[in-house]
Amino acid sequence: MVTAEVSLASPPVTFDTAPERYRHWRLSVDGRIATLMLDVDEDGGLRPGYKLKLNSYDLGVDIEFHDALQRIRFEHPGVACVVVTSAKDRMFCAGANIYMLGTSTHAWKVNFCKFTNETRNGMEDSSRYDGLHFIAALNGTTAGGGFEIALACDEIVLVDDRSSAISLPEVPLLGVLPGTGGLTRVVDKRKVRRDIADVFCTNPDGVRADRAKAWNLVDHTAPPDGFGALVAERARTLAASSPRPADARGITLHAVERTVDDAGYHYRYVDARFDRLARMATLVVRAPREPQPETVEAIATIGDAWWPLAMARELDDALLMLRTNESELGLLVLRTEGDAEAVLAVDRTMLRLRDHWLVRETIGMLRRTFARLDVTSRSLYAIVDVNSCFAGTLYELALAADRSYMLDLTDGDESAPEIELDEFNFGLLPMVNGRSRLDIRFLGSPEAVAALRAAANRRFRASEALARGLVTVAPDDLDWEDEIRLAFEERAALSPDALTAMEASLRFAGPETLETKVFGRLSAWQNWVFIRPNATGEHGALNVFGTGSRPQFDWKRV
Amino acid sequence: MDINYSERIPNNVDLASDRTLQRALEHWQPEFLKWWKDLGPSDFQADDVYLRTATSVDAKGWATYGFVRMPEYRWGIFLADRDPDRRIGFGDHFGKPVWQQVPGEHRSTLRRLIVTQGDTEPASVEQQRLLGHTAPSVYDLRNLFQVNVEEGRHLWAMVYLLHAYFGRDGREEAEDLLARHSGDTNNPRILTTFNEPISDWLSFYMFTYFTDRDGKFQLKSLAESSFDPLSRTCQFMLTEEAHHMFVGDTGIARVTKRTLEVMKELRTEDPDAIRLAGAIDLPTLQKYLNFWFTASLDLFGVETSSNAASYFAGGVKGRPDEWKFEDHLAVDQTFTLETPSESGGVKAEEIPMRNAMNEVTRTEYVKDCEIGVARWNRLIQKQGYDFRLTLPSTRFHRKIGVWAGIATNVEGRVISRSECDAKQGEWLPTQSDRAYIASLMQGVTEPGKIAAWIAPPDRGVNNQPVDYEYVRLH
Repeated sequence: MVTAEVSLASPPVTFDTAPERYRHWRLSVDGRIATLMLDVDEDGGLRPGYKLKLNSYDLGVDIEFHDALQRIRFEHPGVACVVVTSAKDRMFCAGANIYMLGTSTHAWKVNFCKFTNETRNGMEDSSRYDGLHFIAALNGTTAGGGFEIALACDEIVLVDDRSSAISLPEVPLLGVLPGTGGLTRVVDKRKVRRDIADVFCTNPDGVRADRAKAWNLVDHTAPPDGFGALVAERARTLAASSPRPADARGITLHAVERTVDDAGYHYRYVDARFDRLARMATLVVRAPREPQPETVEAIATIGDAWWPLAMARELDDALLMLRTNESELGLLVLRTEGDAEAVLAVDRTMLRLRDHWLVRETIGMLRRTFARLDVTSRSLYAIVDVNSCFAGTLYELALAADRSYMLDLTDGDESAPEIELDEFNFGLLPMVNGRSRLDIRFLGSPEAVAALRAAANRRFRASEALARGLVTVAPDDLDWEDEIRLAFEERAALSPDALTAMEASLRFAGPETLETKVFGRLSAWQNWVFIRPNATGEHGALNVFGTGSRPQFDWKRV
Repeated sequence: MDINYSERIPNNVDLASDRTLQRALEHWQPEFLKWWKDLGPSDFQADDVYLRTATSVDAKGWATYGFVRMPEYRWGIFLADRDPDRRIGFGDHFGKPVWQQVPGEHRSTLRRLIVTQGDTEPASVEQQRLLGHTAPSVYDLRNLFQVNVEEGRHLWAMVYLLHAYFGRDGREEAEDLLARHSGDTNNPRILTTFNEPISDWLSFYMFTYFTDRDGKFQLKSLAESSFDPLSRTCQFMLTEEAHHMFVGDTGIARVTKRTLEVMKELRTEDPDAIRLAGAIDLPTLQKYLNFWFTASLDLFGVETSSNAASYFAGGVKGRPDEWKFEDHLAVDQTFTLETPSESGGVKAEEIPMRNAMNEVTRTEYVKDCEIGVARWNRLIQKQGYDFRLTLPSTRFHRKIGVWAGIATNVEGRVISRSECDAKQGEWLPTQSDRAYIASLMQGVTEPGKIAAWIAPPDRGVNNQPVDYEYVRLH
């Protein structure tokens, strides 16, 4: 097996792109409707060694997709419905490129699937919270990940030309699972009966329009000459219910500015500092130092320089860069720096102006960024130290962490760190399970959340924060250095696989939603299948796909 | 409906005692006839046509001649005789007994291959449905209908496999073969090439020479299949397909012959003068050849194909004349492929042999195409002219594969897009070429007469004279 190892030899992956540089997508906007056309350049793979035939995709294609969604959210606020379709004749999308998967390391596959999942979940997130709707206009053959893009849309329209079929052929063709929520969404979102789903998901040819409609795999079908009109009509209908403003002007999303050096990734409000020897990175998020705008006009004027948006984009970028390029930094230490009052002031502005599209989208960006942090496969420790500002929105970092350590200085010390809560901690930034991090933290004692909300002055020093369950440990200044050093070293010594699995299991208590199931099933089942010899062994189905050799299975059920 | 099966539907699959097949056909056959009347040859359905009908697979029965109205043609179901000792000839199951039933593992792959092959058969009938009105002779008219009814029979052959071996799915697919229509925006035929109408007889000859020859090679590959009923079906279809290519081969030869006569008569090679005399100048013939040869090359699919590899590995579809190859496993072999290089030239790329099966088949096809070209050139040479028809490079004018969309000249050398655009009219039929050819298309309905742009055939059908009344027009 040829393995495209992501090593120092490969240039680091960045997530920077812009519409004028897209190689695989075409974004056009017409009033309330945007059209995203998939038109994959075969020779435009992110890594050498495979061709992106039949509108199949790799991480590079999905980075552009993600970018396009971000542009629509912020640069085209008038868009209320996005039509996702293809520029290829009678071919919508063949899904993730199999040769890319076959030649990738396990980690690359997993991270690729994770990012594509986050992007699909982000579409549903935008539809649910911000009224940006999606229609999949399947103008031809739609397989695997192609159909999973469609499943993430609000509605699916499939062309009925008696040839084009939709399918999830992963199990019968590749010996793996649909990796972007296909199975879950078929039964959970579209509520396809499980026995019918079983037939569908084992048929490599899939089904054509009539059966797809009968099985509720799609919402509408139309012959080719009525297809465009139907899609347009459905797009107008979906757009009509959207709160996105018809007449607003968007802001420009400039490239996220970062410096990358041996010490880490450096941004304006975010810093990722590497300690390779200790296999950890410290992520510092800074409060704004300059005055922040307080009216929608002023916010729109500075656009993506507005602190909550700029900070969220930088944090998001740092998490993606760390995930893709620094797999051995297993512990992320989360720190904050600056004036808590400045953070809380921005929160108040956002709360007051949250009906404005730009503020709403910014909150959406924060919500999705913290959601990315929630599923980060690194240990997360929050350090609440002097000069920190774990307040409001930034306290979500500590809530997302697996543990938090707070420095307990003797009462009266001016510099004693504090944790401060505001409305953003009580439901404005829900996790993917739809609940606030505080709710999930106190799943067994909802009264603790009520008490925190009722507390007159929601500022807590270490001893009270510890008593109220807001932090894990609160060492005093004499123990502090040793305590956290030991905590880091201890963590860094444990099995990374066991930690990832354990953390994922502990982070999402409480009710399941489609998103938690998608991630849960993906991390458990798909990733298990990925490392089994039946998929990726020398004669595994994924490995031999397309070589003309037949897979050889170990028939034992496990 | 009570049908005398062996009378109505000649067959060697024991239809009379196969209830499953009867049930399927009882439903499908009326649909087929309706399709034939709606989308088969336009008009001529009431005329008696001198057609051959297969009534058995032996030397005596496979070509029984007689007059018949096309809707009453006895479309039959024939498989070549079974070899009880036949073994799988290639791939991972090499040497094991062939399959008499569809293995579950290959069910969807086989169904897809049969449906794709089956879809082309009625598609070509639809593409050619208006040609009867402009036939250059009654002899040619009869040949057209012979090709049409046999394509219809090839549809039957594929439908038989779907009905007999693929259960409910197969029956639905068989219905869809009649529901898709060539050129219908809403229900197009599966392969793009088969959605273009064939509106003139020069194109018809080119189609039967070049595109039906693709069919020949596909059938040869499927005749190697481990699924024995498919293999036997395709073996028998090949005997009929040979006639279709004969129509193309002799058709182009007769056009050439007529052109040479005019050139001799007028002592000129000037295309305008030749056209004024109502013949088709050789450069125009070459342009049509360029178009149809390259369009047919696309039908073989991409050069590096995972599907082709898995078909081969699974024993589902082999190489044409697999016995000619030494290594039937093709595991460690490679194939040297010519691909575009970054510098605008050609570079060699080694790819695993199993992935290269489309290209292997295409290469054999090109060799086969050369034979007719050489024959046509001998006619030209005999008359003392230097002009030679040639097959363009397989890199030229491609829409599928690594050379798709790359600007090359007919020799296959990469050139600039602007040069390529400027030369299109020299290499491929222009609007005015097509208009000229269209202007020649006047139906000739009197037995023994022939249009001015084509020479009469050397001999008639089944030892009948050339001026025989092959179609009794009412």
